[in-house]
Amino acid sequence: MLTFRLKRTFKLGIKSLWMHRLRSTLTTLGIIFGVSSVIAMLAIGEGASRQAQEQIARLGSLNIIVKTVKPSEDQRPTTQEQTMVEYGLTYTDAERFQSSIPDVRVVVPSRRISQQARYRNRKVVTEVLGTVPWFTDISPIRLLRGRFLSSVDMHHKQGVCVVDEQVVTELFAFDDPIGQDVKIASDYYRVVGITSVHDHQTPGSNITGSVPAAPSSGGANVGTIYIPLTTVKDRFGETSIQISGSSGANIERVELQEIVVKVGSVDEVLRIRRVLETLLERFHKKNDYQVIVPLELLQQAKDFARIFSIVLGSIAAISLLVGGIGIMNIMLATVSERTREIGIRRALGAKKRDIVIQFLSETLLLTLTGGILGIVLGSAIPFFVTYFSDHPTAITGGSLVLAFGISATVGITFGLYPAYRAANMDPIESLRHE
Amino acid sequence: MAGSDKGKTVIQQVDKNLVLNSGTPILVMQQLCKSYFPGAVELKVLRDIELTITSGEYVAIMGPSGSGKSTLLNMIGCLDRPTRGTYKLGGNNVSMLDDDQLSLIRGAHIGFVFQSFNLIDQLNVIENIEIPMYYQGFSEHESFARAAELAEMVGLGDRVKHRPSELSGGQKQRVAIARALANDPLIILADEPTGNLDSESGADILGILDRLHREGKTVIVVTHDDNIAAHAHRIIHLFDGWIKRQEYRK
Ligand SMILES: Nc1ncnc2c1ncn2[C@@H]1O[C@H](COP(=O)(O)OP(=O)(O)O)[C@@H](O)[C@H]1O
Ligand SMILES: [Mg+2]
Repeated sequence: MLTFRLKRTFKLGIKSLWMHRLRSTLTTLGIIFGVSSVIAMLAIGEGASRQAQEQIARLGSLNIIVKTVKPSEDQRPTTQEQTMVEYGLTYTDAERFQSSIPDVRVVVPSRRISQQARYRNRKVVTEVLGTVPWFTDISPIRLLRGRFLSSVDMHHKQGVCVVDEQVVTELFAFDDPIGQDVKIASDYYRVVGITSVHDHQTPGSNITGSVPAAPSSGGANVGTIYIPLTTVKDRFGETSIQISGSSGANIERVELQEIVVKVGSVDEVLRIRRVLETLLERFHKKNDYQVIVPLELLQQAKDFARIFSIVLGSIAAISLLVGGIGIMNIMLATVSERTREIGIRRALGAKKRDIVIQFLSETLLLTLTGGILGIVLGSAIPFFVTYFSDHPTAITGGSLVLAFGISATVGITFGLYPAYRAANMDPIESLRHE
Repeated sequence: MAGSDKGKTVIQQVDKNLVLNSGTPILVMQQLCKSYFPGAVELKVLRDIELTITSGEYVAIMGPSGSGKSTLLNMIGCLDRPTRGTYKLGGNNVSMLDDDQLSLIRGAHIGFVFQSFNLIDQLNVIENIEIPMYYQGFSEHESFARAAELAEMVGLGDRVKHRPSELSGGQKQRVAIARALANDPLIILADEPTGNLDSESGADILGILDRLHREGKTVIVVTHDDNIAAHAHRIIHLFDGWIKRQEYRK
């Protein structure tokens, strides 16, 4: 019996909404746009936040990254044609980190040199990364085949290398790279392993400044060849030398482009970062380094994402509110239009409650229909955004529930007043109404 | 479910003194007054009404326009409460009942027929007839079957799917009568039921009211027309809110 009444109530609701199709559609549009903008905006915000967090997470939340930065205030003698600048992180820095901070897990110094690599008659520009065997502790790269650099390689300054997949496709084509020799500069290096590609881009790369001999951070996406740091020192010299300048030449000498320090737990990150900074301040006269803490960046990204979502969500919620006011407006008009019907129903035995239910169910029908269509539209928008702009989006179940919940709440809230007004009209007055 | 069960118990509470036997008082009004306060001045629409109507009676209420006929009829139908005095319907003091209880009495025991038909335009004939049953908690099946039967009874068996706008005035009023009968009420209240009809349709409607009276319903009709009043056993003449005179016939 209850279901019969519900069915009847909704059937009647649909009937009278259908009678005013245009009006109902326009009213529902308010809710549709409100709900879909809540979902779409949250999806765009969530997508941006996930992307940033993934990028940062790839840097490793236990890592502290110290990068060489070209000092901006160089007191270089302008009179001379040729200048020579020496700056950046040094091997001594790396040793100092290791020896004076006991809590440090690993210290990974690396040196980057942009070099052409050659295999048979193929040539490709690569980034040669001189590093240590425990580089894999701080990097998310995966070893796909063979092995990574070893301590023995380090110790004997072996001419071996590990290449990433990009180098494999660009240089070797159909040959099996393992065991082949790659020529870099004037020496040959035997390939011992293959790794996945590592995106060296850091979210802070725009503030990192120019790092000599690390063109990959500048833009062009090139493959990476890993070589023992000792071998690099042996064959390319103690420092990377970059010659630049429009007239004549500026020579820049840099020992290490990067030192990554990994700590044991998240709680130690900030403390050790301070120790590192103290050490660096003491031994570096110039401001030629930058400390990046992925954990902090992650926190910032999360905070930012939260604010972003709140702002986007609020704008969307306001549009839902406007939709709700539209619904209330229409329902008030409906109630006064149907005053006589209300009087008739009251005379025929309808209680106030019955009238409330009747009008509330109409409002709910409007808002829930709007809510469902809004969810459909709102789920489609992020898809198109991603498709046409490559901006990542992510629809969360929570946002769907939220949007639907808000639309139902809007329906009930803005439907109650018109419904109560209808129920509290005097039956005789209503019957007399023209 | 719970709501309607509660409703039923209220009906029983309200009903327990309702008299069903023919010939006993079904409603009693004593010194009943109804006033409106449209401005600062009290507008007395009904003054010291003393009225007893017995079960099964056929009563006509007559009087000039504005004399309070509709107000009195609405009062009888529990659409309104008296300003002063008492109105007992089957022993229940109507002025003591709350809005829900009045709704229950209207739904269960009163059948209204209005001058302007008051059908709901969006609903077809069957659905209009079903309205009172819907509020009394009939099942879908019961309600449909009874509505169809009533439509047949008033001669609209072939028009059940029609909307009110597709019916003539006389047909509309027959739907209204069928609707008034849906809950098998004790009292039929008709406010100028033929006022908007041509004489032929009006005669039809009066025929149905006569038949209902013969079947034992208490029928109360408001009218201007002496010919219509002639069908009743008693004519109450209202004048400016007073019962000026009562006329017994038969
Ligand atoms: N809600 C109201 N407010 C003020 N005056 C009213 C109201 N309802 C009815 N009246 C007045 O009460 C008087 C009786 O009305 P009514 O019962 O409709 O008369 P009848 O049906 O006999 O023509 C009229 O003068 C009318 O103006
Ligand atoms: Mg009248």
